[in-house]
Amino acid sequence: MARKITIEPVTRVEGHGKVTIQLDPQNNVLDSRFHIVEFRGFERFVQGRPYWEAPVLVQRLCGICPVSHHLAAAKAMDVIVGVGPDGLTPTAEKMRRLMHYGQMFQSHALHFFHLVSPDLLFGVDADPAIRNVIGVALKFPDLAVQGVMMRKFGQEIIRATAGKKIHGTGAIPGGINKNLSIEERDEFLKGPDPMNIKKMIEWSVAAVNLFKDYHKNHKDFIDGFAAFPSNHLSLVRKDGALDLYHGVLRAVDADGKKILNDVDYQDYLRYVGEEVRSWSYMKFPYLKSLGKKDGWYRVGPLARLNTADFIPTPLAQKEFEEFKAYTNGKPNNMSMHMHWARLIELLHSAEMIEQLLNDPDLQGDKLVAKGTKVKEGVGLIEAPRGTLFHHYRINDNDQIEMANLIVSTTNNNEPMNRAVNWVAVNQISGKKEITEGMLNAVEVAIRAYDPCLSCATHAIGKMPLEVTLVDAEGNVVDQKRK
Amino acid sequence: MLNNVKCLVYGYGNPGRQDDGLGVELALRIENDEYLRKYVDVDYNYQLNIEDALTISEYDLVIFADAALNINKSYELTKIQPAHTITFTTHELSAESILALCQDLYNKKPESYILAIRGYEWEMGLPMTSKAKRNLDDAYIFLTGFIEKHFSRCMAGKGI
Repeated sequence: MARKITIEPVTRVEGHGKVTIQLDPQNNVLDSRFHIVEFRGFERFVQGRPYWEAPVLVQRLCGICPVSHHLAAAKAMDVIVGVGPDGLTPTAEKMRRLMHYGQMFQSHALHFFHLVSPDLLFGVDADPAIRNVIGVALKFPDLAVQGVMMRKFGQEIIRATAGKKIHGTGAIPGGINKNLSIEERDEFLKGPDPMNIKKMIEWSVAAVNLFKDYHKNHKDFIDGFAAFPSNHLSLVRKDGALDLYHGVLRAVDADGKKILNDVDYQDYLRYVGEEVRSWSYMKFPYLKSLGKKDGWYRVGPLARLNTADFIPTPLAQKEFEEFKAYTNGKPNNMSMHMHWARLIELLHSAEMIEQLLNDPDLQGDKLVAKGTKVKEGVGLIEAPRGTLFHHYRINDNDQIEMANLIVSTTNNNEPMNRAVNWVAVNQISGKKEITEGMLNAVEVAIRAYDPCLSCATHAIGKMPLEVTLVDAEGNVVDQKRK
Repeated sequence: MLNNVKCLVYGYGNPGRQDDGLGVELALRIENDEYLRKYVDVDYNYQLNIEDALTISEYDLVIFADAALNINKSYELTKIQPAHTITFTTHELSAESILALCQDLYNKKPESYILAIRGYEWEMGLPMTSKAKRNLDDAYIFLTGFIEKHFSRCMAGKGI
């Protein structure tokens, strides 16, 4: 009897994910799919709205990374108001960067302490009852407090630059609406422990070391789990440096050959296509030069460290060199190394925050640049989960008539499916019994990418983790919830 | 704060997605109510996250307000206990988990409730439905009475 395993980890009103693994009568995997409901309706929703509203409107997309959408839309609007991606005043650009690195810092810290540290500290086979952030709080309270305070520090940076927690208005077309006061700056530079940037850097270094220590003792798992070759895509600074706010678009293949060579992202439609598959709401992006079959790519921390030539902050650069040396300078295709890369970026973000806080341009008063308006603009940013595309066109009445978004999780659609398939083939296929550990492994693979679930909807009414076994006729054979 | 009892109303959800913003709307109403503000502090966000454990550790009474899908009345108040949940994404953390984190990290366990307000539609950019608005009105009246009653009890020396 053929069986279908369905893992329905979470259901929100709008966003939810579901894993389906189709087995033949001998329990061999026939197929696997990771479904996720994508943002729907946004492009239609913004049509007819004045272009200057976009940076605020787009924050409705996600409650975890509203800053990324805010800034990507603002960057697109910079182009539309004729300032261009490189025409901001130094104060505006640096305030935005501070906002962005604050966002990266809090998001990466949250991911590490919420999703990764339970796996590293308890092991992926541990009982889910303890393998969670609450378990970390019980057994490793100092580490958990660090996680809370790092997240809070990042949030405070965002509040100081974006203005408020919900629907921030910091970035506007052509600039920013506030600078950073000396008092605000000093709060982050000289605040009492632990709420100052020195302590954040110290804790970031410790987080990288925690991963490296775990890696030393669990090489088989960290190096082998859900590893597969892929292309990698991200922005890089024009000189090849890691730059999470702005740059040119670069992609490399699994061997490190450049397959997209530092192109202007205003032309992204020349290079990136989106495939529709009947079974998923979410599209599958690909590089047109390689076609649908071979052109898929990864985005996010791992991809960024694979495309960048160096990191322009000293402590993160040192870690980057160790990271690159591990694969002899070649791209790193090990999914679990995403965590390593993320923590190096955490450290880099903390260092960038410190650099920016010490820059007097943040207290400048030239906040907005002006130019000659054009009808179309593209804004790209490296969001915590990867490259985020915003593209808008306006009409003669300054209303948005077209919007196209490719979010990071969409860019990672194929890789997440590959990761789930790796688990299905390597850990589930052919086994007589489906164990809790196998299902945990599916979750671990997905968690490496931390998919964004159009999460800003947040009503009560969620379903628990649900595992359903269905036979070939569609009858439910077994069902588990946790 | 009144009589040394600190109370927080924490609304969460997305005001940009129709009825999903019910919890935040409730918090905003309280923020703008001079009478209620004597009794309570207010906070709101798109969703709960780990740092909220630190926030609630400073209170004796916490009311989380959120939109709800599957209740069969206009609102419902439920007392909650610390509990862990495991997720595969950072995009979700429950009020019970926040309470558990608060207990484990800060050794505090504020008396906590979820005020669930029934919502119906969740589309982006559309206004809150009229049915949800009525539920919000009902929940607001209820919460006002609940807070008054709570503080009356405190002042009578019966604790929270």
